[in-house]
Amino acid sequence: MAAVRGGPVYKGMGKLPDRALLVLSVFIYLFLYAPIAIVIFFSFNDAKSTQNWAGFSTRWYGELIRDQTVLDAFYNSMIVGVTATAIATVIGTLTALALSRNDFRGKTFADSAIYAATVMPEIVVGVSLLVFFVAAQIGLGITTIIIAHVAFTISFVTIVVRARLSGMDRSIEEAAQDLGASPVQTFLRVTLPLILPGVMAGALLAFTLSFDDFVITFFVSGVGSSTLPLKIYSMLKFGVTPVINALSTIVVFTTLVIILGAGRFFAGGDDLKNARKDS
Amino acid sequence: MRGRKGGWSLGLAGLLAPVTLWLGLFFLVPLLLILAYSFGTSGPYGGITLGFNPGNYLNVFDPLYLQIVGRTFVIAAINTLICLLLGYPLAYFIAFKGRRRRTMLILMVMVPFWTSFLIRAYAWVVILNGNGIANKTLQFLGITDGPINLIFTPGAVTLGMAYAYLPFMILPLYAALEKFDVRLKEAAQDLGASRWHTFWRVTFPLSMPGVIAGSILVFIPSAGEFVIPDLLGGSRTVLMGNLVQQQFLQARDWAFGSALAMILAALLLVAIMFYVRKVGTEKLEGV
Repeated sequence: MAAVRGGPVYKGMGKLPDRALLVLSVFIYLFLYAPIAIVIFFSFNDAKSTQNWAGFSTRWYGELIRDQTVLDAFYNSMIVGVTATAIATVIGTLTALALSRNDFRGKTFADSAIYAATVMPEIVVGVSLLVFFVAAQIGLGITTIIIAHVAFTISFVTIVVRARLSGMDRSIEEAAQDLGASPVQTFLRVTLPLILPGVMAGALLAFTLSFDDFVITFFVSGVGSSTLPLKIYSMLKFGVTPVINALSTIVVFTTLVIILGAGRFFAGGDDLKNARKDS
Repeated sequence: MRGRKGGWSLGLAGLLAPVTLWLGLFFLVPLLLILAYSFGTSGPYGGITLGFNPGNYLNVFDPLYLQIVGRTFVIAAINTLICLLLGYPLAYFIAFKGRRRRTMLILMVMVPFWTSFLIRAYAWVVILNGNGIANKTLQFLGITDGPINLIFTPGAVTLGMAYAYLPFMILPLYAALEKFDVRLKEAAQDLGASRWHTFWRVTFPLSMPGVIAGSILVFIPSAGEFVIPDLLGGSRTVLMGNLVQQQFLQARDWAFGSALAMILAALLLVAIMFYVRKVGTEKLEGV
């Protein structure tokens, strides 16, 4: 956070490398955005083909709304997302409180387990849960999807809430206790309101991860428990249609709204960046 | 409330009980289970007999599978390199901007990164498909005469992966470069170093933690990638992730599938150990 940052670039430097860097950067941003933009663009195409433009139309969105299987998948996604988020947010927040306030034997192991859960390849998590549910004779369905989603989102909530806790002034809590507040009162009246933005950001993050997850869900879902990403995947297996573009557009915008919402809770979005990077 | 080192209180145990239970039961136990399965023997009808059978791991050296494993690592390595080559300039560009611009620019990297993984892979199906935009562009530029086969190639898989994982490289690189003290660059240049020299001798070495973290975050998941090769590689570019999926859902050889999954998990372990040795543990939490 040096004050010099953003100051004038040193004198006498050639302008050429700066220009080249600028042009390259613009191209990389284009690379990041163009493919999604193309999908959104073609979702409004008034033709069956996804390759030729035939004028603006919202017919694919209409078709989407009339498709009961899509609505069912959306409903499943919401049930899973909301339930898994609620559970993961509570557990993740408790974990963050435990880890940021205490130094105990086994803390390194706890830390490592939390981080391992965020970087473990999804396919490994998916198949291991599948094997586990089959061995435990738990039928695959909405419940197993929720269990799996909680398992992989707890760590993200923990990381985000912990980031918020680390920036908190502990003396406020001490003051509350000196003034006679019980530990529970202190938590509810002082700590919780202070970390609430972090908790909210963590919850929105968990919801997005759950809403977008494909790989893990793919392995732990059963008949009739298709979520939106699974629905998109099965539609894709039957061929590329403009309906998929429309559905993708809706999913993209849903995620975008939620993430920008989460970003508002956390100025600058720095903590979201930190959390997702471990994934 | 603050505990001493090694201090375990009832309150602390209460706070940690739910996570221990959930991650223990639904993350660690399943991993131990596939570790056990990976040494088991699959029966002809899908059952599994536990034991100590290293055959599942040796199976990887079967030329048929070895080819898939080799292809997986080559594609994951190329992908990591592409992400580094594209990600470094952009992270560098962003990191040395003013504070407000920086926040905005990095947010612009994060938005596509947050967009559904499946949809980002699908976007390339639309682009590379049949006579899609990519083929039209090639013909327009006069590079090809008619539509050529772009999708279902190793190239399509690599491209899709570079697209999906680029932000995973940019973010840690940015985090490393952002901490960089510009005065070091100025000092190097005041002492007569050229811009080129300053970069290679000062800036780049100091950004190494970001380079290593980014490379791990790209390499590990791309080695285990299953959606991208499935959608963009078809049956001709099968990677380890697809092989795992096949063993579990089609071939029903869970022992071999578990061994493959354990190899992917072990890869992660090696990568983390490498990172800790090179960069240290305190950074692990900061990333």
